[in-house]
Amino acid sequence: MYLRGPNGSGKTTLLRTLAGLLQPESGEVLWNGTSIRRQRDAFHDELLYLGHLNALKGDLNAIENLRMDNAVRNRPLSEKAAWRLMEDIGLRGHEDLPIKHLSQGQKRRVALARLWCSQAALWILDEPFSALDVAAVEALQAVIRDHLARGGMVVLTTHQEVELTCDTAFRVTLGQEVPEVSHA
Amino acid sequence: MLEALLWIVRRDVTIALRRRTDVFTTLIFFLIVVSLFPLGIGPELDTLRLIAPGVVWVGALLASMLALEQLFLADHRDGTLEQILLAPQPLPVLVIGKVIAHWLITGLPLVIMAPVLGLQYDLSAEALSVMVWSLLLGTPTLSLLGAIGAALTLGLRSGGVLVALLVLPLYIPVLIFGAGAVEATTSGLGGGAHLSMLGAILLVAILGTPLATAAALRIANE
Repeated sequence: MYLRGPNGSGKTTLLRTLAGLLQPESGEVLWNGTSIRRQRDAFHDELLYLGHLNALKGDLNAIENLRMDNAVRNRPLSEKAAWRLMEDIGLRGHEDLPIKHLSQGQKRRVALARLWCSQAALWILDEPFSALDVAAVEALQAVIRDHLARGGMVVLTTHQEVELTCDTAFRVTLGQEVPEVSHA
Repeated sequence: MLEALLWIVRRDVTIALRRRTDVFTTLIFFLIVVSLFPLGIGPELDTLRLIAPGVVWVGALLASMLALEQLFLADHRDGTLEQILLAPQPLPVLVIGKVIAHWLITGLPLVIMAPVLGLQYDLSAEALSVMVWSLLLGTPTLSLLGAIGAALTLGLRSGGVLVALLVLPLYIPVLIFGAGAVEATTSGLGGGAHLSMLGAILLVAILGTPLATAAALRIANE
């Protein structure tokens, strides 16, 4: 699902509500027919949420950040797998640097590396394409395509026009009198 | 579940070891506060012995509170707290991990330093050992209770002052029994009862406060 809208139209709020970080004022969010509040751990096991912030620790290096993140998510990542992941995202040779010494785009790449090792069914991505260079945008599109091909779901917001080749894409535009939902 | 808890502890301790200034600020604060009293009151040993337990405990209380604001703030700012909230783990367990790390960084060094500082007050060896035990049982409770305050004030302006106002009243029982244990030993009554009481308070805090902290964190992130 491709969520669009001008600044301040509530894209992030909607994504945070879907992820269960915000309580909706009315109504509820269902996952497999049950409210996510009643099956929080089961839902979060299937969910990968990436917000505006990279959620990386500046004093740790990329490997430590990724392994830490996966351990808390119940998907332990071996040291070797983490190193391979760094190659996949094109950050070879930066493994030992504390994250705070990396550039904005490199930090974003490390944050997005979570997608490469994720087994979650639902990805909620808030502006995943920001601060990325052309090569990284392509790599990200490819990983999203693979995820969709495996039967996964993606909800994302972006201001860039991004080609996502898949069979069903819902485009939802916020910030209009009547939200417009179109099949593409 | 336990593994995730250990990872959280490991992560926070690693970060603290890489930026040692934060740790040393707390310790040096404790050192200075406790050392100021003998300088201000004068070298009368009888008076010093009398006020020693209270001074050391109040110093430990203030020092552990000083570090509280940082407990969740850094994670809140860089977004890792969101990921912790979204982890498929019971949040109270992860909160316990954060608190254990916080205690290892700020509480345990106080416990180790206390007997050395106690020497300034001419305390007997027995009183010193009781003081260490009372701090060992009491400071984890301070961290657990403080975590509630830190979670509630997350994202507020002047959170540090608010934490103090919220948390200090809750620290009073720990202060009474902690300082009481040392006093009872120096007066010959034996501090066993006070120490048992501190242990009981710690157990109740372990059971109750992570739930409250977890709920407060969810609210703070809305």
